[in-house]
Amino acid sequence: MSRQSSSNVSILDRPLTRGRSDHVSLSAFSLLYSELVQYHQNRVSSISELERRLESSGYDVGFKVLELLAFRSRETKRETRIMSILQFISTSVWKHLFGKGADSLERSIDNADEYMIFDNNPITSTFLSSHQISADAYISGIIAGICEGAGFTARVTAHSLAADEGDGGTGSTVGGRGAMESGFSLPRRKDKAVFLVKFSEKVLERDAALANR
Amino acid sequence: MSAQQAPLLFLVVGRNEPLYCAEFGKTPGTPATAQTISRQQYIIMHSALDLVDKCAWVDGNMYLRNVDQYNHQQVSTFVTACHVKFMLLHTGKNDETLRVFFNEIYELYTKLSMNPFYKFDTPITSKQFDARVKAAARRYLS
Repeated sequence: MSRQSSSNVSILDRPLTRGRSDHVSLSAFSLLYSELVQYHQNRVSSISELERRLESSGYDVGFKVLELLAFRSRETKRETRIMSILQFISTSVWKHLFGKGADSLERSIDNADEYMIFDNNPITSTFLSSHQISADAYISGIIAGICEGAGFTARVTAHSLAADEGDGGTGSTVGGRGAMESGFSLPRRKDKAVFLVKFSEKVLERDAALANR
Repeated sequence: MSAQQAPLLFLVVGRNEPLYCAEFGKTPGTPATAQTISRQQYIIMHSALDLVDKCAWVDGNMYLRNVDQYNHQQVSTFVTACHVKFMLLHTGKNDETLRVFFNEIYELYTKLSMNPFYKFDTPITSKQFDARVKAAARRYLS
């Protein structure tokens, strides 16, 4: 069977700017992502191993997303401060990947090196009924990849909070899921996801030195 | 293209090692002395790396212009968002010309990194990338 119209356009010729049909439907993504999760789940023996694998899958995506978005912004500038890279992640990256900005970005009160990005309904776990936060490890990986790429080494973990809890200052893990409502729409999520970004010592030192400049 | 012009050295440097290197303006059949010249060029580039790292954090621009100087040779650098450095060793080129050249390489590199099979910080082996870089060099640097 011969291939019809196999375009021999090399990757170096294709445009980098956003095309009109660049969006992927949520259902297509969810289908593909569920296959990815099942693939890993069949090969691991513990939940933390699954989370690690999903994180490393997202890690490589983070580098590419950073390069692409930086190029598309046409500004030829890099982020050199912690706040600016976090704002870049919670606005530009979130909008590019999920269609809207993150719900909020907060700095932890207890630790100077921790920041939290909130998302009320991450798409990686929209259709999951249990262990939702494990699937969000993929997004933690993406965030970690972006931070590492930009030169801010960080450990990123996903936690879940009850949706009606006001602020997530301590980042405690609270799992609470109500019974399924009858009806055709998805039940409203009882918990939201918070991505805890913990920067390494060297990053903080460098940021402090730059602040004093 | 003058025959007297020393070959320009262009490097794409990742976190630990060069990912791509090219020499522009090198005429084939050069004598043995030319070999030592290019080794010296690598040493100059290597020693400029520290300065590049320092400048990259102070200056938020990607194009860092002239970072280091050795005798009559200058090292100009462009640092991408992922801290991949494009470095060019030259002897006094116009700033704006270099900026255009680096922007073109930046576009090629970004497109290359969109390949899902290209792992970040690995050597660039694409022949098409090589051809495009040399074409860009011919267009802007000679």
